Amino acid sequence: MNRPIRVLVAKPGLDGHDRGAKVVARAMRDAGMEVIYTGLRQTPEQIAEAAIQEDVDCVSMSILSGAHNHLFPKVVRLIKEKGGDDILIIGGGVIPEEDIPGLKEAGIAEIFTPGTPTAVTIDFITQNIKRN
Amino acid sequence: MDIRAGLSSGSKRAAARLITMIENSSKEAIQIIKENYHMTGRARIIGITGPPGAGKSTVTDKLAKLVRKKDKKVAIIAVDPTSPFSGGAILGDRIRMSDLSTDEGVFIRSMGTRGALGGLSKAVHGAIKVMDMAGYDYIFVETVGVGQSEIDIVKIADTVLMVMVPGLGDDIQAIKAGIMEIGDVFAVNKSDREGAERTATEIEVMLDLSGMTEYRPPVKNIIARDNIGIEELFDAIEKHYEYMNHSGNLSKRREKAVEMEVLEIFKEDLLGRIMKLQKSTDYLSALILKVLNKETDPYSAASELSHILSQEEGRVND
Repeated sequence: MNRPIRVLVAKPGLDGHDRGAKVVARAMRDAGMEVIYTGLRQTPEQIAEAAIQEDVDCVSMSILSGAHNHLFPKVVRLIKEKGGDDILIIGGGVIPEEDIPGLKEAGIAEIFTPGTPTAVTIDFITQNIKRN
Repeated sequence: MDIRAGLSSGSKRAAARLITMIENSSKEAIQIIKENYHMTGRARIIGITGPPGAGKSTVTDKLAKLVRKKDKKVAIIAVDPTSPFSGGAILGDRIRMSDLSTDEGVFIRSMGTRGALGGLSKAVHGAIKVMDMAGYDYIFVETVGVGQSEIDIVKIADTVLMVMVPGLGDDIQAIKAGIMEIGDVFAVNKSDREGAERTATEIEVMLDLSGMTEYRPPVKNIIARDNIGIEELFDAIEKHYEYMNHSGNLSKRREKAVEMEVLEIFKEDLLGRIMKLQKSTDYLSALILKVLNKETDPYSAASELSHILSQEEGRVND
């Protein structure tokens, strides 16, 4: 593939901590990806709409507030409603081990918890995006 | 996804995908543009440029909201720089436009420059056409943060808004050639800061010296963050458009824009043909080696290349 992968990095919900998201965004940039960063405190509607307008390959969400079980599935549902079935959706942040199976069931392709090397996330995206 | 059908039914997903295809130089995308080209030319194209951190995205956000109040549809194309090393980019202009995301009548697209040097991306031309076809009334094109000579915006916009801020340098900066010459409307943003009056005066002095008599670009003090001065700024943009329209300068500017676009596409095409030729032969590498060894010079090498191109293509056509 000789086009840059486009990724939306988003912070859903009310926590104001985006250092992690920015580190990941920077690593993606250095891996040759075009990263659209939406800023803090986004609603699921805003994230889904941005993903469609930006025609991204992947939506990468970070959450540290504990609201992941509510917000992540909602973003997945809205993106699908808008016809974004071919968008890979991943998540990261402070997420308890026991919540991960449920999130995956809801359509989050993978969850990356603290300590994950950025290269692991980037490899996952490169290997799992759904369009060429 | 049926892009043609989506485009006519106003689907944002279809328009977004078409822009991606244009960015990736897809032949199908060019075909779709060709088919629909007659539908373009209806939108007003407003370029927003200025140095990094001047507040271009915030100004764009506020202007877009004002236009929405008038019940017009708005598209925003926001360009940020691509890394020359990795080819990646952080596109962060949406941060200032969050509330516009979910507005049905707004479409925001972020683009990386992907190697273009004029403050825009090569695909901006195509993206504008897509938004125009999709029925957006106003298209705001926000350039990367510019320095002194990224003036490609003047080739595509009906009106160029130059967003300045206080404290960027002495008055000699304002009389240099280049970026300061292309503004149709000037905004001094963050004008509650020290030095704002001086910045506005310096721009006025520059305009005094430029000898423009028919139309003089206005200079507006604004504080975009607090939505101060935005209506006056928008009025100034509208007035410039009216002037352009009545004076006949709009058609002249658009004529110039088309000329440059056609030549640009031709240049790309020519380069593409040489590169294709290069794939099957080693002419270029041989020529480079010759130049390096001082057996020839770059000028002669270039003429030899165009000679080879016409010869080779002639042979293929025979």
